[in-house]
Amino acid sequence: MKIIEEGKGKLIQYSDPFEFREFVHKNKDLSMKEKVMSEKEAIEKFVKDGDYIGTELYGTVRAPMSLIREVIRQGKKNLRVAGQGILEIDLLLAADLVSEMDITYVGYEVYGISNILRRAIESGKVKTVEWSNAAIAWRFKAAAMGVPFIPTFSMLGTDTFKYSAAKIVECPFTKRKVVLLPALYLDVGFIHVHRADKYGNCQIDGISGFAFEFARACKRLIISCEELIDNEEIRKYPERTIIPYYLVDAVVVAPYGSHPGEMCYKYWRDEEHIKEFLELSKDEKKTKEYLDKYVYGVKNHEEYLNLIGKERLEKLSKMIQGR
Amino acid sequence: MNYSETELIICVAARLMEDRKTAFIGTGIPMLAAALAQKLYAPNLVCVFEFGGTGARLEKLPLGVGDSRTFYKGIAASGICDIMETAQRGFIEYGFLGGAQIDMYGNLNTTVIGEYERPKVRLPGSGGANDVGSHCWKTIIIMRQHDKKRFVKKLDFMTTPGYLDGKDSREKIGLPPNTGPYRVISNLGLFGFDEETKRMKIISLHPGVSIEKIIENTDFELIIPKEIEITPEPTEKELKVLREEVDKDRLYI
Repeated sequence: MKIIEEGKGKLIQYSDPFEFREFVHKNKDLSMKEKVMSEKEAIEKFVKDGDYIGTELYGTVRAPMSLIREVIRQGKKNLRVAGQGILEIDLLLAADLVSEMDITYVGYEVYGISNILRRAIESGKVKTVEWSNAAIAWRFKAAAMGVPFIPTFSMLGTDTFKYSAAKIVECPFTKRKVVLLPALYLDVGFIHVHRADKYGNCQIDGISGFAFEFARACKRLIISCEELIDNEEIRKYPERTIIPYYLVDAVVVAPYGSHPGEMCYKYWRDEEHIKEFLELSKDEKKTKEYLDKYVYGVKNHEEYLNLIGKERLEKLSKMIQGR
Repeated sequence: MNYSETELIICVAARLMEDRKTAFIGTGIPMLAAALAQKLYAPNLVCVFEFGGTGARLEKLPLGVGDSRTFYKGIAASGICDIMETAQRGFIEYGFLGGAQIDMYGNLNTTVIGEYERPKVRLPGSGGANDVGSHCWKTIIIMRQHDKKRFVKKLDFMTTPGYLDGKDSREKIGLPPNTGPYRVISNLGLFGFDEETKRMKIISLHPGVSIEKIIENTDFELIIPKEIEITPEPTEKELKVLREEVDKDRLYI
């Protein structure tokens, strides 16, 4: 295939499916063993400075916030990040832990742009490579398939392509121009789920975002769950296991783990908290105050929940719609 | 009737929706337009959201494209790959877009103002916009503020494709044939695109807006057809449904 055009963005994470296979073969324990541990243990054990990390789904929706807060407490540095996010990415950026990003969207939807992202990028501190949202998801999909790239018609003709690390070739079958998206394997991924058993078999309610593809694209996968359930429950509904145990390296029990984001059928997003954060985030010093209070100021997720308060959390549970 | 610019834009967008079609919905005005359309004009409009929600009844307005209201009483809750692949396979009729800048061919910028390397303003980025603009059959672009900083000759960054350089350039570059921007709705008027040149043209002026005012506030040359209509004002019924049913919590209006 002849390369017609190349994006000039850097390939932040080189991804070779055969290297991934070798990694899995050497490092992944395929036995059904218990993996329940604390946030602290999981991050200490599996996250290193300089790692390429990612989170699923995004900031205000089923996001692994308790894990991200622990990453920040441990001060893991020079992280390279797949940037589809809101609060989780903002917190990492505010704590100065990110060096490079494959970015598709960091913002607050209805509330507009992120001040923290603006400061990080406009100052030149964080380097970015552009992608569309589907492009990032399909890069995980290619990785999940165990192949080096996946073709698409997204990004053709735009600067989004020019500032990506994708390539345009002529399709050998149809002769059409297609964009080839390189597979994206993550060093460590974080997913928050509704239920998991102690081995890491996971169930998610509602939309699955990109959990299926993402879970299969991670060298190390840390799961946080609202609820730990018995393996017999998993076996009763095997069709509901979106992430099987062998993909998972750690299971962390974190009720309200997506706070201040929502968790469908469990609790609604904490609008008051999100607005407070957005207000503080306008100012660099006040952003640090937020981090001091809600991240560095608590030892673990339990202390964080105590700080938010039982009453507030119960109110959020009452606000969520049922089925 | 008293109504705001936002309410007018929502009503104009809702009237564009056809019944028994699919629409890719983003946060904000598109959600309100779709919900209003469902109640008045297109009861069987199927709303599709980026992260997997399909066919929600929108009884409560979502605050984001992944929140639980995007699939509440919906017909499917899948994931982003499924939704984007559905668009790429040609199953999504309408797509909603917006941006900080738009040019005469309906190309959009949501990435940076200024130079890419050291931008004056870093915007959120493409998100699903590039995919919606590439794969949906007809995109509807909402621009709440019509001025020269936003309706520009040249974008600082082309995040999402419209008709690229006009004429057949969109197809030539390899994007799916017969797709592209269909309408632009601003606070001043409703716009379409010339069939041959693919340049933006005025379709109707919002009540009280003159052609001159639109020209003054647009940095590129618009096509001004001989016949230009006046956008019908929101009806009493539209406003009642919008205020009392669609956004009764006043999240957006």
